[in-house]
Formats: sequence, structure tokens, C-alpha cells
Amino acid sequence: MSQQIQNITFDVEKIRKDFPILKRKVNGYPLAYFDNAATSQTPIPVMDAIVDYYSNYNANIHRGVHALSQEATDKYEGARIKIQKHFNAEKAHEIIFTSGTTHGINLVANGFGKFLKKGDEIIVSALEHHSNIVPWQMLCERTGAVLKVIPMDLNGELVYSEFEKLVNEKTKVVFCNHVSNALGTVNPIEKIIKKAHSVGAAVLIDGAQAAPHIKADVQALDADFYVVSAHKMCGPTGVGILYGKEQWLQKLPPYQGGGEMIATVNFEKTTYAGLPHKFEAGTPNICGGIAFGAALDYMNQIGFDQIAEFEHELLLYATKKLKEIEGMKIYGEAAEKTAVISFNIEGLHPYDIGTLLDKMGIAVRTGHHCAQPVMDFFKIPGTVRASFAFYNTFEEIDRLVEGVKKAKMMLQ
Amino acid sequence: MTIKEKQQEVIEEFEMFEDWMQRYEYMIELGKSLPLIDEKYKTDDNLIKGCQSRVWVHAELEGDQLAFTADSDAIITKGIVAILIRVFSNQHPSEIIEADTSFIDEIGLKEHLSPTRANGLVSMIKQLKMYAIAYQTQLN
Repeated sequence: MSQQIQNITFDVEKIRKDFPILKRKVNGYPLAYFDNAATSQTPIPVMDAIVDYYSNYNANIHRGVHALSQEATDKYEGARIKIQKHFNAEKAHEIIFTSGTTHGINLVANGFGKFLKKGDEIIVSALEHHSNIVPWQMLCERTGAVLKVIPMDLNGELVYSEFEKLVNEKTKVVFCNHVSNALGTVNPIEKIIKKAHSVGAAVLIDGAQAAPHIKADVQALDADFYVVSAHKMCGPTGVGILYGKEQWLQKLPPYQGGGEMIATVNFEKTTYAGLPHKFEAGTPNICGGIAFGAALDYMNQIGFDQIAEFEHELLLYATKKLKEIEGMKIYGEAAEKTAVISFNIEGLHPYDIGTLLDKMGIAVRTGHHCAQPVMDFFKIPGTVRASFAFYNTFEEIDRLVEGVKKAKMMLQ
Repeated sequence: MTIKEKQQEVIEEFEMFEDWMQRYEYMIELGKSLPLIDEKYKTDDNLIKGCQSRVWVHAELEGDQLAFTADSDAIITKGIVAILIRVFSNQHPSEIIEADTSFIDEIGLKEHLSPTRANGLVSMIKQLKMYAIAYQTQLN
């Protein structure tokens, strides 16, 4: 084992005990889970929060006069405050619960239909996930606005100077992920936000891939919107948040109509509820929201700095080891990236490698990672993507490297 | 040989293997012996949907028997389609339409393949049968 590992005080073995799933076997081998960028695993405290909710205070929130409803409301709103503090939003009602990142993006994209006219421009980055491209294309079709793309270079980094050229007085919205899901590139969102604001454009940052690794401060970033999913950061699936600056959330029209989001209703006119309820029609994922709060508590207890540091060591170790394999090509070698390695082996299909790794109990993702434009840029059908989390170990990475070597031997 | 006999032959071959590695190595070998599709038939129409890798299958009537050729950009997928073609090729369309495909389970393919692949496998079988139905109508 390398020197650097011994220097780490991070107790990964202790942390792994919090994740029961890591003990299971797959195809006769201990599971080595490297698909964390798709979804992270769930620690016991988060599962406990879910069981506690359904065991003790399952009730609909906000309208009940009975004790259970009050308790559920307190816990749900308590989770909103935890999330507000985590992302350092100025106000709790700037945190809108959603079903996940995609929902948050659609909510904003849909609302912007009200402000856009023909010829207005929307800028997205070349590194976007499909969920970050399609809603804006739909919006462009509806409004006649034009979609512009910030190009990337061969390292998988956005070309900032090109972005500067794209920004002009017609730019109304800029859309960029904080971290690329396909390559792990950390984008220079501070600069992008500042530049976009200089022409009065709003900026939506997709934080889905950043939030598990980087604690974003939405006020310091001056982001207008920031969206995340809980399931990528130790929380349950089907819940996430949209952070929006109060002034923007007040201007945006409601996305869905229904209960919870109204102030008064009659057949002549309905008036909408204030923030955050205006955007939270219907009974929300109450348990999910509370469990998301528990997930943030769990990760903060470990510490995001510690998590980032350990994951960076994993990344360096895996990159070095994988590069020793002949024919290895790593896509995305940005100076700043999270613990994601997207790769191919010359002459082999990523799907074959992924299938054989699975037979060895190693979970990776193969394919285009919902980022076809990124794959087109590199002129490849897809990659094998290994994405690490703070509960992965150096031994598991050794298994990944050996597994890739074995797959290569079998396939060639 | 009937489809049933060919299936039995494949089952017996796979029974010889002791672990998954041998089984996959054999599949990879089979992939290399696949009767390759003519480049001109590698069209979107012949592309099978539902696979993560790309698979093309072409069918041609030779007398009253249907012959299949195929290709894929992934080698394991090529092995799977090679097994299917070995079993179904050079048979009367009506035999292909009625053929039972439970041999897939018996050689441990369906069980051991990932869900997306399993779907691809199902799509492949469906496609071969669709060709058989189309040519059966032509023969009538």
C-alpha cells in the first residue's frame, strides 16, 4: 500500500459499518461499489430516520391539528432548515423540496417561459447531463429563444474564454453543472455566475454531482438557483431541493397546481400560497425530506473537508494504478475534478468490460452516462465510469484494477 | 438438426464449464465465429433496440429455410447473438416461430446477465421470431 494511505487518519472501516449493503456479496464476490455518481449508498442513521417516521409520526403535514401531524410538520420543516444551513441559504423558504434535480430544473425552465421572448439566448455547457439540456431545448421551442453552448477542451474542461464571448445583452439564463457527471470536472461556476450577472442573466447551477463532495455556499457563489438530489448524498431516492433566491422564486410562476400551494380557491380565481408552498403542490415526500436532513447530518458529522480529502486520495491512487494498464484512456483530466474516472481500453467496448467486472462483484457504470454530447465530443459510444465515495477503500480499487486487467485479458 | 437438438447441444457444451469465467470465455469465442452481417445491412432498420451495445441482425430466405447473419460492437453481445443464430439459423420459419427458448435459462445466460443485457437478449429473440413471422407469410 502506498505511503499516502498511511497518512490518512480517516477511519474508513468504521464508516463502512454504517452501510449494511457494503457487506453483501455479488456473484460470489464481496461487493465493490463504484457507481456512486449514479446513486450513493444509505447509512444506518438515514434508514433509522425512515423507520422512525413510519413507526412513530407518519401523518400529513401542515394542515392537521392532531399531534402526529404537528410532529411530522416540525420534523419536515426542521429538515428544510438543516438544508438551508448546509447550503447557507439566507432564508428557509428559499429551499423548495422537489422530487430531485430533474424536477428542480424543469420547475425553473418551465417558469422562465414567462420571461423569454424570441431571440433571447440561453447558455448551457457542453458538459451537461441530458436533464440539463432537454428542458431548455423544450423551452427554446416554446419561446423562440436560442440555445448556445459553452465548448469544452480535450481535458474535459470548459473553455471560459469562449463563454465570455457568448455572453451578451440577449443572454437571459445560464445553465451549468457544478461538477460534470460523466467526467467529474469541477466547473468554474464562481466566474461563470459573475460574468452572467454582469448582463443581468440568471444562473442555475446543477449541483447534483457536486453536493456529495463539495459543500456549496449559495450566497458566496451568488447562484440564483442551485439544484441537488438527496440520493447522491446518502439520502433516499425521490427527493431533492431547489434553492432559489427569494426574488426569483417570487417572480417565477407555480409549476404544478394542487393542494398545499394555494392561499384561497374559488372558481373565479385562485391565489397562490407564499414561498416555499407555492412550489410544493400536493402531499410532498415527507419521509424523504426528513431522511435527507438525516443524510446531511450524517455527512456533516464526518465532515465534508475530510470526505473530499479522502476521496481525492482514492482518485489519485486509482488514476495512477489504472494508467499502468496498457491501452488505458482516461476521459476528463481536468486540474480540478471529483473522484470520478471515466475510461476505455483501446479496442474494447465499455459494455464488455462492465459486464465482466460485474461478474467479479465490481459495480461500475457503462454507457453514455446521459451525456451523449460529451461522448460525441470524444467520438466514443460510451465509457466505463468508476465513481468513488468516502466509504470506498484502496483495497477495492486494487480489485477494480485487477478486474479490468482480467477483463482485458479475456476480451483480447 | 432440429432447433431442439441444437439447443441440447449448446446446453451440453455449457455444462462442461466449471465457473463463469470459462462460460464467458467460451461466449467470447463463439462471438468470433458469428456469421457476420453484410455491411450494407448494418442499417437502423436492422438494429435491435433495448441493448446497451449495438446489435444488427439480418435474415434471408434460402429455399424454405431462414438464415441469419449479425454483428455487434461489443464482443459478449456478439457471443450471445451467435448462440441464438446457431440455434435458429437454417430452419423453417414455422419452426423458429414455435421454438421454445427456455434453453437460455439452462445455460445460465439469463440468470447471469445484467438486467439491461437480459432485456437485450429478450429483444434479440423477439427480433429473430419477427423475421420468421415475416418470411412465413411470404412462404404461404
